[in-house]
Amino acid sequence: MTAFDQASATLAALAPARSKGQRWRRRYGIAAIGAAIILVWVLIAILCSYLTPYSPDTVDVSIRLRPPSATHWLGTDELGRDVLTRLLYGSRISLFTGLVVVLLGGAFGTLVGGAAAFMRGRGEELIMRLTDLVLCFPPIILALAIAAALGIGTRNTIIAMLVVWWPKFARLAHSLVLVQRSQEYVEAAVVVGLKPARILLRHIIPNAVGPLIVLVTLDLGNAIITFAGLSFLGLGVVPPTPEWGSMVAEGRELVEQWWVAAFPGFAILSVVLGFNFLGDGVRDWLDPKARQR
Amino acid sequence: MSATVQDARSPAPAPAAAAPPVLAVSDLRTQFFTDAGVVRAVDGVSFTVATGEALGIVGESGSGKSVTAQSLMRLLEEPARIVSGSIRFQGRDLLAMSAAELRKLRGAGMAMVFQDPMTALNPVLRIARQLVETMMAHGNVSEAEATRRGVKLLGRMGITTPERAINGYPHQFSGGMRQRVALAMGMSNEPALLIADEPTTALDVTIQAQILELLHELNKDFGTAIVLISHDLGVIAGLCSRVLVMYAGEVVEEGPVEAVLSDPKHPYSWALMNAVPRLDREPVAGKTLTAIEGSPPDPLSVSVGCRFAPRCPFRIERCAEHPELLDIAPGRESRCWVTQAGAALDVRATPPRSAFPVAAAAEAAPFQGAKGEKPPSPSALLEVRGLVKRFPLPKRGFFEPQLYVHAVDGVDLSVTRGETVGLVGESGCGKSTLARLILRIHRPDAGSILFDGQEIATASAHEIRPLRRHLQMVFQDPYASLNSRMTVAQMLEEPLRFHGLATTTAETRERVAELLETVRLDPKSGARFPHEFSGGQRQRISIARALAVRPSFIVADEPISALDVNIQAQILNLMLRLQDELGLTYLFIAHDLAVVRHISDRVVVLYLGKVAEVAPANDLFTAPLHPYTRYLISAVPIPDASIERRRERLRLSGEPPSAIAPPSGCRFRTRCPLAQRICSETPPPLAEHRPGHFAACHFAGTL
Repeated sequence: MTAFDQASATLAALAPARSKGQRWRRRYGIAAIGAAIILVWVLIAILCSYLTPYSPDTVDVSIRLRPPSATHWLGTDELGRDVLTRLLYGSRISLFTGLVVVLLGGAFGTLVGGAAAFMRGRGEELIMRLTDLVLCFPPIILALAIAAALGIGTRNTIIAMLVVWWPKFARLAHSLVLVQRSQEYVEAAVVVGLKPARILLRHIIPNAVGPLIVLVTLDLGNAIITFAGLSFLGLGVVPPTPEWGSMVAEGRELVEQWWVAAFPGFAILSVVLGFNFLGDGVRDWLDPKARQR
Repeated sequence: MSATVQDARSPAPAPAAAAPPVLAVSDLRTQFFTDAGVVRAVDGVSFTVATGEALGIVGESGSGKSVTAQSLMRLLEEPARIVSGSIRFQGRDLLAMSAAELRKLRGAGMAMVFQDPMTALNPVLRIARQLVETMMAHGNVSEAEATRRGVKLLGRMGITTPERAINGYPHQFSGGMRQRVALAMGMSNEPALLIADEPTTALDVTIQAQILELLHELNKDFGTAIVLISHDLGVIAGLCSRVLVMYAGEVVEEGPVEAVLSDPKHPYSWALMNAVPRLDREPVAGKTLTAIEGSPPDPLSVSVGCRFAPRCPFRIERCAEHPELLDIAPGRESRCWVTQAGAALDVRATPPRSAFPVAAAAEAAPFQGAKGEKPPSPSALLEVRGLVKRFPLPKRGFFEPQLYVHAVDGVDLSVTRGETVGLVGESGCGKSTLARLILRIHRPDAGSILFDGQEIATASAHEIRPLRRHLQMVFQDPYASLNSRMTVAQMLEEPLRFHGLATTTAETRERVAELLETVRLDPKSGARFPHEFSGGQRQRISIARALAVRPSFIVADEPISALDVNIQAQILNLMLRLQDELGLTYLFIAHDLAVVRHISDRVVVLYLGKVAEVAPANDLFTAPLHPYTRYLISAVPIPDASIERRRERLRLSGEPPSAIAPPSGCRFRTRCPLAQRICSETPPPLAEHRPGHFAACHFAGTL
């Protein structure tokens, strides 16, 4: 009883007297910036063919390595392709791979980890030791090895990333479900007679999903940067495809022609920052303590 | 601060009436400046505490009693602010003190003991460190000297082998022991004032009795003034000489404990008194408790009139004006127009407006008779024989033997149709495990459970599913027992659909509305989520969910222990009414003996996984046979100061032994004064000593 008094008192202490707008800006201002950045990139990814007069892979050696100008805003690369155009088209593959890896890996990891925590016993041991096994390896190196074994290509790189991606979701889901399964509402569902799968999917996971959503959002940036990293190392995409990581790789030895590598680098930076800002906001939003009042 | 630890037994200075007060609070106003508005948590509270006096503060959650305590220690942080008033401690104005002056005072002049002994101690520091720290921070004592005093102090607080205990970590102690350590820390600088905020709420009754006894001794021996904050009138009755009753941030009544408890002069105190069943009284026929309607006012919008008026059964026209706290008798003040005009509040009578019309239902119910007189119906609905459940502990090492917690160890129990069986015992006695075994949330290791003639102890999850319709459960924690991501309607629909009790959408919706009405909730509230409801309302939802499948048997695991007394009374009344209307059978688990006596026909006392005694409720409470039962009953404080002071108390020393390696023979023998050789050799059988009265003791009835 008194605990509740104190809890509400502390809650009240967290929220100083401010106007509604001020509070919103303070809490979600950064997240809104992040969301805006991502929205811009998503729009670019959808509309990129209308945004630029050039095509991403038209080679014109006569205009190679031109600095930024009125005709080529971000200059041209070694093969005379417009850097801005390639940058805009590159957003497609980056956002796509990021989403696919995180959503598929997240869904698989959540289900596997959740089921492990829910069933306990041998199955739990098996699944969790397997996740430990995958987590033992440095993720980039492992993905690198798998991607190299499977061969270069977007699809193969995604598969390689999925293999290293699911364990962290499994770990998190496992601990979240462990907390939830001992709650009384789960016992109530058992007493009603519901089947285990339904209890897990309908009762436990919705209550455990908050931190997972935060992880998904924060992780999107991470996945994009990993994919760019693999492409930088020459594994991600097959050459003419416009991709930020490979663009940076192409420009890495061109010290004089800084624009070739710098702008794709900024693109990666902005997307990753955008997702991180948004993830922080989502975390605040999903945390009932920070959200109250 | 005249007594020291060394001469603790020397008489404390008699609290003379003329002595200046240790603490004088006047017109204290503490407010929380939240985004939603200003919460007036403490709104014009004045009181004094004389040297060596014990003052009690009671009220339900949200009444401002804890915030008052925190204001006294100036522990509040933004956005809470003390906006006006004065707090004078030994003549010095606390509100004018600098942070450094306050630090000097806290822990030395005045100390505080908190509700939760688990969080009040720092888990990573040894007890010695924490104790010595408080002493060295204030006095010029060497570390060796402080340690020596610490050991002495722990011994004084009733900790056996204090030399060893002082080098332990908090997690090595039980809740009661931790509270003793917290008290030792509070008392380490012999403060003039000790503020105890619900110090026993988290503890078992027998441990509570020990801690209260200790507080009483500290008050007497050291002359320490005590401000005891509690929701339990019984706790206040035993320890305090004066009591403040708080409601919605105001003191509504003040007076000597005897007078306030026997003849409350404010309707809120009256309601508090009447909402709790009394252990020392036989429940009156009908069993309905006096529950006042509603809940405390919204702290953001306090009405201009009397704050209690909307819930008050004695309300008159004048209550639209705000009453002042005025003298109504020597030493007694009340904030009520009715009693200030000289009218009396009839304590024993039923209120003018009863919360539930139970009387009519009571007449209709066939089995509503005096307790214990009901002829036992031939068929037992639930028959438990030799039930055993052991939980394996994590092994310490690969070659270590596997250890088990013997949670339930051979329990026999039978419940007849339409009956209420109460299950009592201290925490860790296995009562919750027993409930979960009966509902097959856990699988028993041995024994049989016959429900309505069907064996469910060994049934598979698949076989048991259809039976779940008849067996339901109401849980303890109204916050954890509802899925916060589902609406109330979804929660109630799920069992209906699952068991095929409603097929069409219209039918389901109708049944959900009906269920909500049954538990006296607005049928429209189905679309809302659990967090929009109060604790009491959530417990109603929990009951509605259990009722959805039309069960015949409900296991209620401490269904009211997380609620305020008045809400407790409402829920108890609801459960009694439902039993009458629907012919339900209850297994009612509680640690509150008064509540168990009130609601049960028969009572089972559990000790360390074994049944100690089974008897009709009245027999058990008037003539207990097992020594443990006698101790339990004796430990319960009774909210009547005159009885409480005269009561001859049996004091149970120590704490329940570990359920990992329970004592041989009789489980209770390690704490039992009657224990003889036979008790350690032969486990006493549960024998019938009187008709229907069983006890598992070699010397039943001799204490």
